[in-house]
Amino acid sequence: MIRETIGMAFIFVGIAFDFFGVLGLVRLPDVYNRLQAATKCVTFGSAGILFGTFLLEGFTSFGFKALLGVAFIFLTSPVAAHAISRAAHRARIPLTEGTVVDAYEDDEELKVNTVIKK
Amino acid sequence: MRLLRWFVGLLLVAAFAWFNFFIYSGEIFFKLVNVILFSALFVLYRVIIGPSPADRLVAVDILGVLIIGMLAMLGLHYEQGFFMDIGLIWALLSFIASLAFAKILEGRSLDD
Amino acid sequence: MTLAVKSKIIVFILAFVVWLALSGTDVQQIVAGAVVALLVSLIAGSFLVASHNQKHLLHRWLYALLYFVKFLWEMVKANVHVAYLVLHPNVPIKPGIVKIKTNLKKDAAITVLTNSITLTPGTLTVDVNEEKGEIYVHWIDVKTTDVDACTKEIGSRFESILAEVFE
Repeated sequence: MIRETIGMAFIFVGIAFDFFGVLGLVRLPDVYNRLQAATKCVTFGSAGILFGTFLLEGFTSFGFKALLGVAFIFLTSPVAAHAISRAAHRARIPLTEGTVVDAYEDDEELKVNTVIKK
Repeated sequence: MRLLRWFVGLLLVAAFAWFNFFIYSGEIFFKLVNVILFSALFVLYRVIIGPSPADRLVAVDILGVLIIGMLAMLGLHYEQGFFMDIGLIWALLSFIASLAFAKILEGRSLDD
Repeated sequence: MTLAVKSKIIVFILAFVVWLALSGTDVQQIVAGAVVALLVSLIAGSFLVASHNQKHLLHRWLYALLYFVKFLWEMVKANVHVAYLVLHPNVPIKPGIVKIKTNLKKDAAITVLTNSITLTPGTLTVDVNEEKGEIYVHWIDVKTTDVDACTKEIGSRFESILAEVFE
């Protein structure tokens, strides 16, 4: 009984953070900010749903698959976010107007120039 | 202008929540699945409108992670374990597709 | 026993246990799982364990547990922060890309560090320069642009614990 209550609480919290993450995907101004909000919140939300599933199902094959899904999401989602952000920066997709500093741009310019000189 | 848009969005979300949790009389898991499908509408908005290719890529990547949670809840409702198999394979394929599209966007070739 | 054989045995046991957890108790399924686990460990088993670092095993696992708890707490904070930003009518952000330094050398340690940076409040790893030990981080609320101050603000939370775990 207490286990089912805690599992449902995990599922509700997960769905709320899923929704916040998607809201961030719509509201924030450029690719990198969207990536931050979406990756953090949707990863946490889906992991919460899967962990709640594990608590509801217990130690069955369904529950173990859900636990495996939690580990999988935690490992792969940041890697995909990193790949997309680096590709976006190398493809010269501009940052938003309010950007304060871009240290990567300076170093990246140096790298591109040396490659062309060779 | 910005405050007006925020207020319209709040009204939209509140209308959806009122309809979903008080008018619609389904199982509890179907109500929760409806919330995720409503979120997927926002993701589709970003896929269609998104000004640059990277925005669309982010949206598709996020859609993959959302679907896993939805499949887990469907599996809970129908008491079937194979939904989680679909979810895991969907996550794996979505991850590989994100990496591949990111590589194309970066302008590298296949064997780099 | 050489390192490769040991690594293969560990991979076989891990794969077989995961298969037993995921499938039922049918004899045919168990035999099929054993065969597939044997094939996988023969083909790709020699990459898991890469060094003979057996000292302080309990110490490392305890620090890994501490790291996990700290990471979960930081992640909850990150999510509440992002929810606040998204629900605020004016979206109060001040983004920028800053550079931080790291002392970690191993690939696994750097991977775990960058993954944790991505999942903690307001920061997202953009690129890693392994030779110089530099990480470029997109920060949603830039407080300072100095390299050392940024390192203290972003990376130091995890780096001391990760150094205990991996090195």
